[in-house]
Amino acid sequence: MSPRLRAILMRLVQAIPVVIGVVVISFLLTRALPGDPAVYFAGAAADEASIAQIRESMGLDKPLPQQFLNYVIDLVQGDFGQSISSGQPVIDDLTNRLPASLELTLTALILSCAIAIPLGVMAAKKPGSLSDQLCRILVTAGVSLPTFFTGIALVYIFYYLLEIAPSPLGRLDFAFIEPDSVTGFYLIDAALAGDWETWFAAFKQLILPAVTLALFTLAPIARMTRASMLSALSSDFIRTARAAGLNESRVTYGYAFRNALLPVVTTLGMVFSFSLGANVLVEKVFAWPGIGSYAVEALVVSDYAAVQGFVLSMALLFVTLNLVIDLTYSLIDPRIGFDSK
Amino acid sequence: MLKIKDLNVSFKTRNGTVNAVRGVNLEVAKGKILGVVGESGSGKSVTSYALMRILDSGGSITQGEITYSGIDLRRASEQDMGEIRGREISMIFQNPRAALNPIRKIGHQIEDVLRQHSQATRYTAKAKAIEALKAVKIRNAEERYDAYPFELSGGMCQRVVIAIALACNPRLLIADEPTTGLDITTQKAVMDLVMELIRERQMSALLITHDLGLATEYCDQISVMKNGEIVEQGTPHDIFTKPVHPYTQKLVKATPTRGASIRDLLPVSNAAPLPPRQISDVPLLQVRELRKTYQGKSGPVNAVKGISFTIFEGQTVGLVGESGCGKSTVSSMLARLLDSSSGQILFSGTDLTDVPAKNFAKDPRRTDIQMVFQDATDSLNPRYTARHCIADPLKRLMNMKGKALDSKVEELALLVGLPVHLLDRFPHQLSGGQKARVGIARAISVNPKFLILDEPTAALDVSIQAVVLNLLADLRAKLGMSFLFVSHDLQVVRLLSDHVIVMRDGEIVEQGPTETVMNTPASEYTRTLLSTAPKPPADQTAA
Amino acid sequence: MTVTHENSVSANAQKSGALSHTLYVLKGNPVTLLAFLMLGFFILSALMGEHLAPYDPLASNADRVLQPPSLDHWFGTDPLGRDVFSRVITATRLDLFIAVSAVALSFVIGSLLGCVAGYWGGKLDIILSRTLDTIMAFPIFVLAMGIVAALGNTVENIVYATAIINVPFYARLVRAEVNIRRNAGFVHAAKLSGNSDLRVLALHIYPNTLPPMMVQVSLNLGWAILNAAGLSFIGLGVRPPTPEWGIMVAEGANFIVSGEWWLAVFPGLWLMLAVFTFNLLGDGLRDIVDPRQRS
Repeated sequence: MSPRLRAILMRLVQAIPVVIGVVVISFLLTRALPGDPAVYFAGAAADEASIAQIRESMGLDKPLPQQFLNYVIDLVQGDFGQSISSGQPVIDDLTNRLPASLELTLTALILSCAIAIPLGVMAAKKPGSLSDQLCRILVTAGVSLPTFFTGIALVYIFYYLLEIAPSPLGRLDFAFIEPDSVTGFYLIDAALAGDWETWFAAFKQLILPAVTLALFTLAPIARMTRASMLSALSSDFIRTARAAGLNESRVTYGYAFRNALLPVVTTLGMVFSFSLGANVLVEKVFAWPGIGSYAVEALVVSDYAAVQGFVLSMALLFVTLNLVIDLTYSLIDPRIGFDSK
Repeated sequence: MLKIKDLNVSFKTRNGTVNAVRGVNLEVAKGKILGVVGESGSGKSVTSYALMRILDSGGSITQGEITYSGIDLRRASEQDMGEIRGREISMIFQNPRAALNPIRKIGHQIEDVLRQHSQATRYTAKAKAIEALKAVKIRNAEERYDAYPFELSGGMCQRVVIAIALACNPRLLIADEPTTGLDITTQKAVMDLVMELIRERQMSALLITHDLGLATEYCDQISVMKNGEIVEQGTPHDIFTKPVHPYTQKLVKATPTRGASIRDLLPVSNAAPLPPRQISDVPLLQVRELRKTYQGKSGPVNAVKGISFTIFEGQTVGLVGESGCGKSTVSSMLARLLDSSSGQILFSGTDLTDVPAKNFAKDPRRTDIQMVFQDATDSLNPRYTARHCIADPLKRLMNMKGKALDSKVEELALLVGLPVHLLDRFPHQLSGGQKARVGIARAISVNPKFLILDEPTAALDVSIQAVVLNLLADLRAKLGMSFLFVSHDLQVVRLLSDHVIVMRDGEIVEQGPTETVMNTPASEYTRTLLSTAPKPPADQTAA
Repeated sequence: MTVTHENSVSANAQKSGALSHTLYVLKGNPVTLLAFLMLGFFILSALMGEHLAPYDPLASNADRVLQPPSLDHWFGTDPLGRDVFSRVITATRLDLFIAVSAVALSFVIGSLLGCVAGYWGGKLDIILSRTLDTIMAFPIFVLAMGIVAALGNTVENIVYATAIINVPFYARLVRAEVNIRRNAGFVHAAKLSGNSDLRVLALHIYPNTLPPMMVQVSLNLGWAILNAAGLSFIGLGVRPPTPEWGIMVAEGANFIVSGEWWLAVFPGLWLMLAVFTFNLLGDGLRDIVDPRQRS
């Protein structure tokens, strides 16, 4: 077996204890619920007997390892518990709302990469220049912006003052009917259906929250691109390439940029973690019907099964994504699986 | 062919402008090799970057003319320069592994250059790249074409760098410290290859090096640089036999050559003669069947394979070998920083291996065995002042404090020739030589009986190396210590040692009195090591 | 070159040491100076908020409801007629308290864990690394939500949640910094000087990890403030009517669509300034604490 293949397999194997850990932590969070869940589920008018009955039916009278086992069995069967507020199984609620969150997060990430990476490269190419200054201001200001505040400010400017943005309420204006669900992404579904009017309406709803989220993720990506591009440009092999007469664009993009991209790819994982968190806040501001706002609503009414389901599914999503990023990394970097650098 | 006239290069830094090169004149004739020799910071590399116009940002040519075959390189357009670099003038660098793009196949890197200069089309590029690899004597060139730099050894990487540089048949080659960072035996092979290719293709060359010996062996002309200026130019023979400038004289003297004694390295020949010293026949340290086995990723690695030797009181033993031969592992085990796998280390008759390395800090014998480390910068805590560094062992091992401690530290500083007012500086405020002195002062502070010197001069310029070696020789006589001098450089080891041990692959290849090993080496390997050292003109050795 | 000159000056220069170096860096870097001034302002507001505030932050006034900013009420008033400026100033203490105590907790725990794992390595290191990986597998804000939801909706729990999500960052940083120095020459030298492992770790290795740690602390204070404000924005932790920037923005958000911008903008702006200050400080601190930069 080649060292590369072994490294990739190792990476896959390494994900297993993390998934187990995630499940354990989420189980512990469930058990750490304030108060007695049985009392809570039984309702205010319950007497001792009915509480005991519920405790038994929920398996809360069993020893902890047994409870954990039941918890895992339930999870494997896709049972994340029942949401009190919606009355639906948590897993159904989450799958219904996940596309909305993903559409928002991915649009924002693509948007911020499209701006941050070129900006970082330009800044690194000419340190001290205007684009470098711009990059630095943007980076420091960007990480200081509370997403919920940027969102509110954007709503005030573009909806209230300029009146060019639609009202910040959800994914689609009431006048439109949501497109037939294929992927759950309105932009894609509307395009597939050829319904461009709906597409544009969905796009208008999406743009402000996506920009809010993108502004938040811009800073770390631009900072990392600038730093890794600077270090790549000052490395010895760039001097070799210059001395061999390779032209500037080949040196910058063919040699430096490809090397600089590796750390940027790693940063994307971290950025994704941030944006999944920030997503919750942005969804609340724009009343976006994703899993973030679902969790916030659940928190307000103490619907704990829903909150735990949300936390667990976010963690699993993030683990998967990190795995994908690492595997991509091992495809780009030939050194993976070898000790020497 | 290449003419540099009154070149000035300056860099803008945070602390103002630094003139790195001042009024340099150089000339390389057709088919000739010019050596530019200087210690670190002399501006020799900057000169070559300036003429290629690949100075780092912040650096610029402020004055002077650079003409190559009638072309004014200073005023040539960036596009013209692109044509000239790699096509007319090429460069090879030190530290070859870093000089290659780490994530691109080496074959493709050669193709990039070929296609940039229209020396090949998409269809012929691969064949030509393989041809270029063959030209630098890389075996299995077809297979190596697909290799990444990290899969190749340092010497192999340097061959690839040479292949890139020579792919388009340039007329002038600039070699910037081409052997620095390579093993000694590889150094010789690489230099010979470069010289062979230069001669074969009738190129001119500019060899930039800190090693006067290397330059004398390979160059037709030599220019000596110091602090951004050229202090002397001449043929190797003239430079070596009748240096005019005091700096050149100092440099020539400091270069260790066959037959020179340690005092010969110092500039003033009226330095006091070496004080006499006594070597007793009482063994101080007896190493018996010492072994070290690591658990590597692919099975156990035998770093040291059962070696035995003896060091007598007052004796200095040299331990020589290339990197990876296990000499550093041996010195770590003797210093009790590392546990041995098996074997005995008898120190004044008691076995040191009885106490595990991690408990040795509290052992009474700790004061008897001390060490001077390879890299003076790395071996001083960046957050401790020089005073604090030297005082640390005195506080921990001798329980000294207050006034007594202060005066002892100052006494030690004087002993190693470190000005007392430098004691309150942090390591980064000291020069390389000063840091080496701090390291030595710290090691001798507790009066050890046995001192391990692990490449103590490897990171130093030759002139400072000369001073440090002499300091060590004086201290040894004054304090009556035994030394184990570990180094990769036989010529340096010879200067201090009474007895030499040559190591290779974790085993002792040869050991014996210094004179015997140097003059009549018994093993093939020792002969190779000796032959790889650059040979200055013969008449110098007689001088 | 400059060595001779340096020699004569250094004796005096060394005496004043850290302070003069700080001043030197600040002089060359006005942005850091600004950050220090802003920090001073925030600390002042935190220490004596109620004395600086012109009104009682909790006192409602039915006569002055939803007034835009004016000379009387610099930041306007809220729907209960409370003075927004007073509320913003008094909120500083709570927001800084949460951030500072959370970061202090994670700094201490992270340093201990990181030192142990980085210096001794082995099984301990593997177990710790895996645990940290698991914690980091949660998107950090989401984990904080989960912890607060599970532990209960109080200010202390916000502090614990923020501390827990930050521990991995410190532990990893210290672990890496300790690990690269474990075999440095000066560490070997310290062992030869008779220092025990614990002493080597505490006196020789750990102090060298402080420069990057200081930068991390400063940046983290910014994140911690954002995190706490975010949690209270979605209704966790601090409860009204306690003045806190996140809640105030959340309350003001409902009025933004009808044009009463000052309710959300001023607390949001303050929050932003505080985070901005810590981020600027992070970069400035790096120059001050790094002895290699002293010259």
